[in-house]
Amino acid sequence: MDIVLEAKHLKKTFRLSKKQQKIEKTNQAEKIAVNDLSFDLKKGEIFGLLGPNGAGKTTTLRMISTLIKSDSGDVLVEGYSAKEHPEEVRDRIGFLTSELKLEDFFTPNYLFDFFSRLHGVDEETASNRKKALFEKFGIDQFAEVKVANLSTGMKQKVSLVISIVHDPSIIVFDEPTNGLDVLTAKVVTDFLQELKQAGKTILVSTHIFSLVEKICDRVGIIINGKMIVCDELAHITQGRALEDVFFDIYQNEVGDAE
Amino acid sequence: MKNILTIIKKEFARFFGDKRLVLTTLILPGLLIFTIYTFMGSAIFNGTQVDENYVTTIYTINAPASFQEKIQPLLTESQFQAEYKAIDASDKEGINRIKQEIQNQNIDLCIEFSPDFDQKVAEYDVSLGITAPYIRMYYNSVKSESFAAYSLLNTMFTNYEGTLTNKFDINMQPDIQFDLATNEDLTATILGMLLPFLILMFLFSGCMAVAPESIAGEKERGTIATLLVTPMKRSELAMGKLMSLSVIAVLCAISSFIGTIISLPNLMKGMGELEITASYQFIDYIWLLLIIISTVLILIGLISVISAYAKSVKEATTLVTPLMIVVMVIGLFAMLSKSTEVSSNYLIYLIPIYNSIKVMGNIFSFQMAVVPVLITIVSNVVYASAFVFFLTKMFNSEKVMFSK
Repeated sequence: MDIVLEAKHLKKTFRLSKKQQKIEKTNQAEKIAVNDLSFDLKKGEIFGLLGPNGAGKTTTLRMISTLIKSDSGDVLVEGYSAKEHPEEVRDRIGFLTSELKLEDFFTPNYLFDFFSRLHGVDEETASNRKKALFEKFGIDQFAEVKVANLSTGMKQKVSLVISIVHDPSIIVFDEPTNGLDVLTAKVVTDFLQELKQAGKTILVSTHIFSLVEKICDRVGIIINGKMIVCDELAHITQGRALEDVFFDIYQNEVGDAE
Repeated sequence: MKNILTIIKKEFARFFGDKRLVLTTLILPGLLIFTIYTFMGSAIFNGTQVDENYVTTIYTINAPASFQEKIQPLLTESQFQAEYKAIDASDKEGINRIKQEIQNQNIDLCIEFSPDFDQKVAEYDVSLGITAPYIRMYYNSVKSESFAAYSLLNTMFTNYEGTLTNKFDINMQPDIQFDLATNEDLTATILGMLLPFLILMFLFSGCMAVAPESIAGEKERGTIATLLVTPMKRSELAMGKLMSLSVIAVLCAISSFIGTIISLPNLMKGMGELEITASYQFIDYIWLLLIIISTVLILIGLISVISAYAKSVKEATTLVTPLMIVVMVIGLFAMLSKSTEVSSNYLIYLIPIYNSIKVMGNIFSFQMAVVPVLITIVSNVVYASAFVFFLTKMFNSEKVMFSK
């Protein structure tokens, strides 16, 4: 299978303030968030980055989406380097995280058109896409309601739709079902599988085992910024529950310390 | 280029789609300035003005013949209407009652002359070393009619005293114009000093009304990150933001400016005679507009860079305050420094803000020179481009955009 995205030896450190050093009980002025992380995405698969809070999942996804730059290493998206051609990379991926907010003042309808234009989608395509996606997620009834007046779930759906206005071939999804009720979460996971059927490549980060078991083809387990295991789901679990496998791996890596 | 337009359109949709925002930043400032200035002007005007048909009540004690013969005709000539009543000097009770009535604002003035005033004045010589004859005027400064009558008569008596011992006259011929300043000159001086500073203040407050909200606000709410994951270049975002915010800021400033211009005659009415007869050429307005736009670009650039650095709108507003003080000081300095002449040292036109105030002053006082204006506009645009560059750098910097 073709490799569409390559993360190569990604490394990212953050400066710690004196206060943060105290909280983390360390004298080191730097914290390594992501340490020599490599993996690749094959065309048409769903890849899950699994790890506890603070493992470096979000940082990794941010580097892939070019919001932040890696200290060393690089990401190649369909051959384009995130460092040298960030615009090309952004054009090819759809990135969704709860940090990306929509302006309260505008309506879903306006925002869809606005982001379509920024992505260089021609008007006819944008209009057709809007109709299909709005119908699918039930946004059509709320198309002219300001984002401020939408429910949390509806806002999330609008964000999702906006993140794929340009019909990207790779979709990067940070904690896709976080904060969603079971119904909305199901709509989202179903949609991810649909995207896969349509030949898209999907990268999700999560700490929810059931989500990984349900949708992912391959899994990378990240602990403390390092990729510990990266393999097909079936190979990792060998018939056991993913949760049990994860805790064994975690214990091996970190010990009983925490 | 297309992306810049898209951003500009969005900023306009955000601003003009919000009726409250339009009302509070576009319409209210102009309206408020107009109302306040007009009110101030008419308050000052009414405070000093006496109704033309008012008949002043004046009591006289020991009034000499000269008062009736020389002073009263002059008063009548100057449209001063009064009713004169005499009271006897021996009527102490009556005099006290009159003073009481002046205090109660029912009587305007009471004039007491030395007994045998005319004779004593004629005999008086400074070298004799005796007390000079007196005139005592009782009045009430709170009542404007009383105070006006007092001031007028005071002047009359002083002039009369002058004619008695006349050695020379200063500016006494009424048919000669001594103040050779034309109305246009006067207007130009006042406008040339005052207006540029006012315009600068309006521009600054216009920029303050929109820039922190649009940049620090988007950062604070996390909406700018959504823009940053689109393929748009950071520089396009920076330019789109600066251009659209500048246009809105200019509109805000124009609102305040119109308010000022319309209310200026009303305000000046209270401060004395000033006719706004100055007429500027069409080209003057064009230059003025170009200067204003280039100044706004600088201000918006400065405030945007500060706003991009700030973590919230509140922090941005706090951080901009010192900048506002600096801009005001530069503006004041430019306004008060040997005002409206064109400086031969062209280097001073490279100093932002200062240059704008200076050349606007030149235009208002009919002394525009093209070179300084061009230097000002070009240097301002260069500075503004530098701010676009900085802002692009900042949009690119994860430390700036995502630090919490």
